[in-house]
Amino acid sequence: MSRYELRFSGAGGQGLITAGIIMAKAASIYEGKEAVQSQSYGPEARGGASKSEVIISEGSIDYPKVTQCDALLAMTQEACNKYSHDLKEGGVLLVDSDLVKTLPKGNFKTVSFPIINTAKNDVGREIVANIVALGAMVALTGQVTRENAEKAVLSSVPEAFIELNKKAFALGFDKAVEASA
Amino acid sequence: MSKKVAFLQGNEAASYGALYAGCNFFAGYPITPSTEVAEVMSVELPKIGGKFIQMEDEIAASAAMMGAALAGFKTFDSTSGPGLSLKQELIGMACISEIPCVIFNVMRGGPSTGMPTGPSQSDVMCAKWGTHGDHPAICLVPSTVQETFEEVVRAFNLSEKYRTPVLVMPDEIVAHMRERVVFPEPGEIPIEPRRTPTVPPEQYKPYDTSFGDVPPLAAYGSGYKFHVTSLNKGQDGFPTTKAEWVQAEEERQVRKVEANADDIIEFEEYQLDDAEVVVVAYGSTSRSGRYAVNEARKQGIKAGMFRLKTFWPFPDKQIKALAGKVKGFIVPEMNLGMCSIEVERNAQGKAPVLGINRVDGEPINPDQILAKMKEVI
Amino acid sequence: MAFDYEKYIRPGKLPHIWCPGCGHGIIMKGLIRALDSLKLDMTQTSIVSGIGCASRLPGYMDCCTLHTAHGRAAAFATGIKLAKPEMNVICVGGDGDGTAIGGNHFIHACRRNIDITYVIMNNYIYGMTGGQFSPTTPTGNKASTTPYGNPDPCFDVAKLAIGAGATFVARGTAFHANQIDKLIAEAIQHKGFSVVEILDDCPTTYGRRNKFKSVVEMMNRLKEVAVPVKAAEKMTAEQLQGKILTGVLYKDETKPEYTAEYDKVIERAQAKK
Repeated sequence: MSRYELRFSGAGGQGLITAGIIMAKAASIYEGKEAVQSQSYGPEARGGASKSEVIISEGSIDYPKVTQCDALLAMTQEACNKYSHDLKEGGVLLVDSDLVKTLPKGNFKTVSFPIINTAKNDVGREIVANIVALGAMVALTGQVTRENAEKAVLSSVPEAFIELNKKAFALGFDKAVEASA
Repeated sequence: MSKKVAFLQGNEAASYGALYAGCNFFAGYPITPSTEVAEVMSVELPKIGGKFIQMEDEIAASAAMMGAALAGFKTFDSTSGPGLSLKQELIGMACISEIPCVIFNVMRGGPSTGMPTGPSQSDVMCAKWGTHGDHPAICLVPSTVQETFEEVVRAFNLSEKYRTPVLVMPDEIVAHMRERVVFPEPGEIPIEPRRTPTVPPEQYKPYDTSFGDVPPLAAYGSGYKFHVTSLNKGQDGFPTTKAEWVQAEEERQVRKVEANADDIIEFEEYQLDDAEVVVVAYGSTSRSGRYAVNEARKQGIKAGMFRLKTFWPFPDKQIKALAGKVKGFIVPEMNLGMCSIEVERNAQGKAPVLGINRVDGEPINPDQILAKMKEVI
Repeated sequence: MAFDYEKYIRPGKLPHIWCPGCGHGIIMKGLIRALDSLKLDMTQTSIVSGIGCASRLPGYMDCCTLHTAHGRAAAFATGIKLAKPEMNVICVGGDGDGTAIGGNHFIHACRRNIDITYVIMNNYIYGMTGGQFSPTTPTGNKASTTPYGNPDPCFDVAKLAIGAGATFVARGTAFHANQIDKLIAEAIQHKGFSVVEILDDCPTTYGRRNKFKSVVEMMNRLKEVAVPVKAAEKMTAEQLQGKILTGVLYKDETKPEYTAEYDKVIERAQAKK
């Protein structure tokens, strides 16, 4: 049974729970795998620590939380410090290079690029930073195809923002490939 | 034709389950972590001509839903621990006045305000013993998002079949977790209609036991004039202190559920055939239990799990039968020992019962269960 | 021909539980005359109460009746009315039930302006439990739990209802029996939340503690303090000292009614579908 565990972490309001949901939806609805998404959050609607966990498997999933993380996204230094402890040997760590300066040591692959600034400058809207990050996570984890992930993105956003999100997703995917090459 | 699928939260699935079951009235009061239920109902009910109302507090929400239920509606309400505490008096009234309704209670840390965003399973005793006086209790404890949908449908059916309030109580993890839901086609799960009177209005008595332990219930405004009271009542619905009537009605109210325990109790037996150590679990904790059983089997430990889907009535018969066969029970739960009291009561000293208890807002980890199994073996 | 009350009373349910001299029976008769004057279909009429002496009224009335938990009448009634707006929904109850334990439900029902009529039978005391002070017991008066005189200020039920958003508010007294049916009938006809406060007496638990020598004396007090709103317009502040206004105190026919507003919600939701 291939159990793959992802964690999307950062600050509340960065849209990481949404990114996790779309990843899980891509696996569950479009890829035909099993997927569970869960989250933990504080009392704040904005700010505070935020974490979204996704388990993807070929078979049915029992325990819905991360036991040993295969892939971690950290969008703040605080999240990186807090959540990198159970990153698996050979796992993947993706960080925003502008926000995470101190990287944890370990036997895993670290990929970094300016995620928020890509959204702000290259896509034109900072609000889609989570979709840039999602594109990157899809590229780095290989759990769902690029096409299925894009379908999940487009089915999750309002019609007026389809092009914006499409662009954000594509840029994230390509930048991650480039950064990890 | 392929079925409709969606990737949903437990709370969202609960709302769609209610709608599938024919719910046409929702009254609620916002409370973390159950608010998504009210939000979905506020969107969906008016689309089908149903009614949604946000009341001034949790007591008012129960009152409004019970009023609507007496007007013939299928009613739903969602809440969490502090709200469940407030509702207790009216849950008692729904029991004694025999008003069908479904209450969805997401379990968060407690007591009092406790930990609003943290998971817990500490309301299971409140579900049975929260309201004063003798009364029946039906409480369902789903463990997946799909099951949350299905158990809400079952709750509506049980509520109508036994004319009594039914609680559905996922923990916060199940309520907020997202999974794929495959929607059943209309008619695929049978829907229990309300049993309404067949006698003419002048002969109608709202608690007429000549129709059995669950008498038919008329609706206000349907041509039937009748009285409903929160006092002990006779078969005609009017208050009474006549000893034999009160005794008979009280016994019937409990009996209609207890005598039908086999119809109400659902459970899952996982790897129990040769199990020496049995995990008894419910809700999200049973998912940790299943993970631990699988790991244990890999290590040669004969482990199995008895998963509760119905918490009340408690599956006494099944646990009693297991107690004679196993080396020990492990009861992991996000409280300081509630289900374990029931398992102990049924084990009757024939097998040890070991609890794993967390009230720190963190889920029970499969490793904790695995370690406990090794203590038993 | 004498008015036939019996066709509205459930056979075999009388005598009622109320004490000799209690005004609740006068109010129930007023309510019956009001229902009769409007020719309401009793199968489409629901009378809802909470707990207390006054709350036993629905049990005697031959319609769709509901005797709920203490204080919750307005919330139950809201559920019935929203579910079936075509029904006539009336709440009855006492001052303690309606404005203490049920105070929150009362003010929110006022705020929603849902088309329910709430008849508050205000006898200034918790009668059923033996005479404890209520939110309407006058300051300084005696109750079983204010043996040294009531230190609490009290509610003016009508002002409370007006302030909370009720759109029809009237007051009568158990002495002015012939006015009760007219006030209740007008309240039922009003489209919105209507409150009719009927000042009442409780000789058993209130009167005897507060130096009323007889029921007649209590009734006479109601007669003396009541001033019709029209008459009050011509009176000076000095003359109005210690008086209580009766009649229709407030009426607003412009505020939207709740169930009609919810019908618009349904329309908007279905238009979007």
